[in-house]
Amino acid sequence: MTAPILQIKGVTKRYGGLTANSDISFDVAPQEILSVIGPNGAGKSTLFKQIAGFVTPTTGEVIYKGSRISGLPPHKVARLGVVRTFQETTIFRSMTVRENIIVAHHLRSRASLLGFFLGSAAARADEADFARSADDIIDFLGLQPIRNEMASNLPQGHLRALGMAIGLATNPEVILLDEPFAGMNHDETMRMVNLVRRLRDERGLTVLLVEHDMPAVMKISDRIVCINFGEKIAEGTPLEIQSNPRVIEAYLGSEDAAIGM
Amino acid sequence: MTARTVSTETPQNKGTIMTPLRLIGVGAYLLGVFVLVPAFIALTGRWDFYYTLTSVALLSVGAAGVWLTFYIGRINIGQGAYALVGGYVSAILVMKAGVSFWATLPLAGIACAAVSVVIGLPILRLRGVYFAMVTLVLTEVARLTALALPVTNGAKGITSIPLPGELSILGLTIVPDFASLANPKLAFYLLAAVLMVLTYFVLWRIVNSRLGHLCRSLQQNEELAASIGVNTAMLRVLAYSISSFFGGIAGAMFVAISQSIYPSSFVVTDSVNFMLYCFLGGLGYVFGPMLGTFLLYFGWDLLSVAKQYQLLIYSGAMIALMLVLPNGVLSLLDRKETRK
Repeated sequence: MTAPILQIKGVTKRYGGLTANSDISFDVAPQEILSVIGPNGAGKSTLFKQIAGFVTPTTGEVIYKGSRISGLPPHKVARLGVVRTFQETTIFRSMTVRENIIVAHHLRSRASLLGFFLGSAAARADEADFARSADDIIDFLGLQPIRNEMASNLPQGHLRALGMAIGLATNPEVILLDEPFAGMNHDETMRMVNLVRRLRDERGLTVLLVEHDMPAVMKISDRIVCINFGEKIAEGTPLEIQSNPRVIEAYLGSEDAAIGM
Repeated sequence: MTARTVSTETPQNKGTIMTPLRLIGVGAYLLGVFVLVPAFIALTGRWDFYYTLTSVALLSVGAAGVWLTFYIGRINIGQGAYALVGGYVSAILVMKAGVSFWATLPLAGIACAAVSVVIGLPILRLRGVYFAMVTLVLTEVARLTALALPVTNGAKGITSIPLPGELSILGLTIVPDFASLANPKLAFYLLAAVLMVLTYFVLWRIVNSRLGHLCRSLQQNEELAASIGVNTAMLRVLAYSISSFFGGIAGAMFVAISQSIYPSSFVVTDSVNFMLYCFLGGLGYVFGPMLGTFLLYFGWDLLSVAKQYQLLIYSGAMIALMLVLPNGVLSLLDRKETRK
């Protein structure tokens, strides 16, 4: 395995007496697709929030390319290249799809806000760049038909794609996808699986995802980390995870026991 | 809903392009403010209108600030506090330090911006009704502070402030000494109108530049804004300090006109009014607060014929307007467009 791009080292998060994450450690290799799975309430979302800087770990640290990012505010983590997407409700509702994507290019701007206010040459060059790149992303995700729709009018599947587009606009190296397949039917899921693969294959991203949809996870992941009650109980390839007795135990008796076997 | 047909231009450009229609509108507006209004008043001899219109212009400067805080998704009911601070800064500098009024005008704005950074850093973390409640208290805090401090001369206030003197650059007189003018009311009106035009030009540029787009992103979803790399804390404070800057300028101008300031010069009602101007005009429109100020201020005056029912009719009309036009009077324009 090449040097990891992201290292989770003994991350623990306590809220008062409640331990959401307990001593979780794993590495993520560059251009890997790694899924974090676990029953509801296992602490997957908390883990994601800690990686993206929305929550600071109680103990432990998150290392990105050799330097610590845990404890930094989210906008700084995003600047370094680790960006999360949200579930579908988190978009800029009263902007069009294209405006959403353009505004998300903020990180790439070279001109200052004053420059934008005065309309400097650098600001105009930035605007042109953002427009071009936004159109690239629109093409990449196949959003042309809805590019000028108000985001608040979009159906769920498109919102998910828009969330991804917003994430891509920041030009990340590591993208964290929060339940990209939730609420999708089989066809939609397969399309999204392909899309996530293309993020890695065509854009060279490292993809971390939290997901419930086991068949999709098994199909897409290079490796899987399974957590339960805030602790990592298994890590390995989809095949290893499927036959891991602790994983099976964690899922048996939970609302839908299927883990795609 | 014109966006569907245009696709190549960026949304930034959409607002900044000077279409012929827009140019005519701006031209007509400037003509009205600087030529037609003075001509009308000279013809009719209604000199009292100058006072009203000057107030409208200055209140709309303050309301522009409140509107900008709305634009980052915060309900600001504290603009009166900054008007008071700006007024006192100008009055004290003129009276105690002998600074020219013209220098105190920007200084009042800058002082307010500085104060708002200190206040804004902690309170801008609050959202919704919590932020609104804290700002509501600010005006009262400012009034009590003015009562207590020795430099503000307590309840007696600061009076007999001289009219603005001459403004000259390199010996060239730009604005003559107001005291030497036959008609300082006209001079104040023109000055207030210039400030209003400048304020709204700045506001329009902000809204149509990247800064405005980021403010909108903040208004719509702060978490997402942070995740795309926006320094949300910094941007909030920046918008709030620009807002307070406008409040300070407006306050300093009012003091120059009335030549006096008291702790009760700006009270909670004024803060609430600033907010209402924005609501009435429309939170989605840059020129909303200006129209809102005009309508509300004049509406109130016109309703004085209703005597004791003035407040009843006024508040009834406000409630009705908010029910019928929740997005402000300017949303009427959009309605027409969608019907076509």
